[in-house]
Amino acid sequence: MNEWFSQTFPNVVYQGWTGDTGWLTAITQTLFMTFWSAIFGGLLGLIFGIGLVITAPNGIAPNRTAFWLFDKIVSIFRAVPFIILLAAIAPFTKILVGTQIGTTAALVPLSLGVFPFYARQVQVALAEVDSGIVEAAQAVGSSFWDIVFGVYLREGRSEIIRVSTVTLISLIGLTAMAGAIGAGGLGNMAISYGYNRFASDTTWVATILVLIFVLIVQLVGDFLAKKLSHK
Amino acid sequence: MTNPIIALDNINVTFHQKKRKIRAVKNVSVHIEKGDVYGIVGYSGAGKSTLVRVINLLQEPTSGSVVVNNETFFKADSENSPKNRIATKDLRNRRRKIGMIFQHFNLLNERTVTENVAFALQHSSLSQAQKDAKVKELLELVDLSDRAEQYPSQLSGGQKQRVAIARALANDPEILISDEATSALDPKTTNQILALLKKLNSELGLTIVLITHEMQAVKEVANKVAVMQDGEIIERGSLLDIFAQPKEQLTKEFIETATNIDKAIETISAQSLVQQLSANEVFVRLSYVGDTTDEPLIASLFKEFNVTANILYGNIEVLQGTSVGSLLVILSGNAEQIKSASASLTSHHVKIDVLKGGQIL
Repeated sequence: MNEWFSQTFPNVVYQGWTGDTGWLTAITQTLFMTFWSAIFGGLLGLIFGIGLVITAPNGIAPNRTAFWLFDKIVSIFRAVPFIILLAAIAPFTKILVGTQIGTTAALVPLSLGVFPFYARQVQVALAEVDSGIVEAAQAVGSSFWDIVFGVYLREGRSEIIRVSTVTLISLIGLTAMAGAIGAGGLGNMAISYGYNRFASDTTWVATILVLIFVLIVQLVGDFLAKKLSHK
Repeated sequence: MTNPIIALDNINVTFHQKKRKIRAVKNVSVHIEKGDVYGIVGYSGAGKSTLVRVINLLQEPTSGSVVVNNETFFKADSENSPKNRIATKDLRNRRRKIGMIFQHFNLLNERTVTENVAFALQHSSLSQAQKDAKVKELLELVDLSDRAEQYPSQLSGGQKQRVAIARALANDPEILISDEATSALDPKTTNQILALLKKLNSELGLTIVLITHEMQAVKEVANKVAVMQDGEIIERGSLLDIFAQPKEQLTKEFIETATNIDKAIETISAQSLVQQLSANEVFVRLSYVGDTTDEPLIASLFKEFNVTANILYGNIEVLQGTSVGSLLVILSGNAEQIKSASASLTSHHVKIDVLKGGQIL
């Protein structure tokens, strides 16, 4: 078996398991980038998404200026292609984390790249919450935060999980590009050690691993979204 | 009027849309007394929902004054004059004393029946144990104890509305606003919900503001009625007065939907009995309110005036314990006799409308 494997996938074996170019390292880097940028970008996106819904003209705290700001910031960041964003914000990244290359440095553009996408998704998800329910909550004397947490986020819970799944999957896609600034990960493995060295077996294995991640995220997301929905 | 629990005065609500100005409510004043079941009737778009939302300031008026329980919630003399509002925190507290139910129930879909009712008690000063007991008691009141742990999607429309009523009553309100609460329900369920509202009114002394486009619903529970059209109240009065002597065309239309008397006149007029009315016959509509109903009027017509009355259709409504009746009859006898008979009816406060064969009267 081992014999067959090393003959069929020589380059995969050559990469090794640990070490700077090893598979475990690449997997860990991908998970690290996905996890932390999902946390930072997710929080930022959630704040902007909620902000967009509540400051909208028909929201619970209509505010034209705030809405305009949320809307424009999200639109501008969404409009910048991720690979350009990586390079464009490098100085800012350096100020924030002290370096502009490597896995940790990639968290800054990844978070900024994913948050506008997530913000729009959250906005759409929360807009689905029936305005009548919000009105009923106001009628029983609910406060602003009661409505944000108790109505919007609670009622939109299942839908938020669904859009989070979509976002997480697209974030895994973004981490593949972070290799451009030396962040490593499976995407980098597929391109730098696979494609660029004509080691197609490495490319394939890296691709399959990414697919497995995506599949797991999708399955868990679907399961949770379904379980938490009582509509 | 003495000390109304809800006093809306000179309320204007204007919406600005692009370049258009929409006056949803135009200079409306309504005073609602404690214990009233005040029906506001009108077609959709008449401004009734906007008007009742002014009571708990879910809709802030453009101008006017809103006083609930002698406390001024809002006051602005005109669109451009300074607006006097109750503090946000106070408003939230006051809103808890004004329950509200809606056409589409507006329950929290991701919470159980119990959690939905408890949601209204979030800021209550009761202890957790007291809250639990309160929720239980409310669910018993609306007869849903067995559904406590279910989600709204598992309930029927009538059950959902009952949960909504329990939620609205959680903070022991003095006022309940019902915004088309029965409009999405079937007739049987509608009657159950109306019976429940009636019970709440008589047992808890709850003041109810009921807005609807169904006169039938108003007829069941209201003691006072206002009819709204194009943002204005065009007619108002006690239920009895409105039903017995509607003045405006729209009011008459609404009453017709509840009694179907016009439809009956149309159908009966087409019958050969009426088509071939002989010279000494007259087809009339007799309308009366109250005690008159208890006297054997029809019998006395024959005894005293030798006029026979052939009853073709009758409709008697009992509104707030008083009968309001309409009869379609053919009176026959000689002209003199019919004239004196009709004079006698008029003196008994029976209104006579000649529908056909009027030349002998």
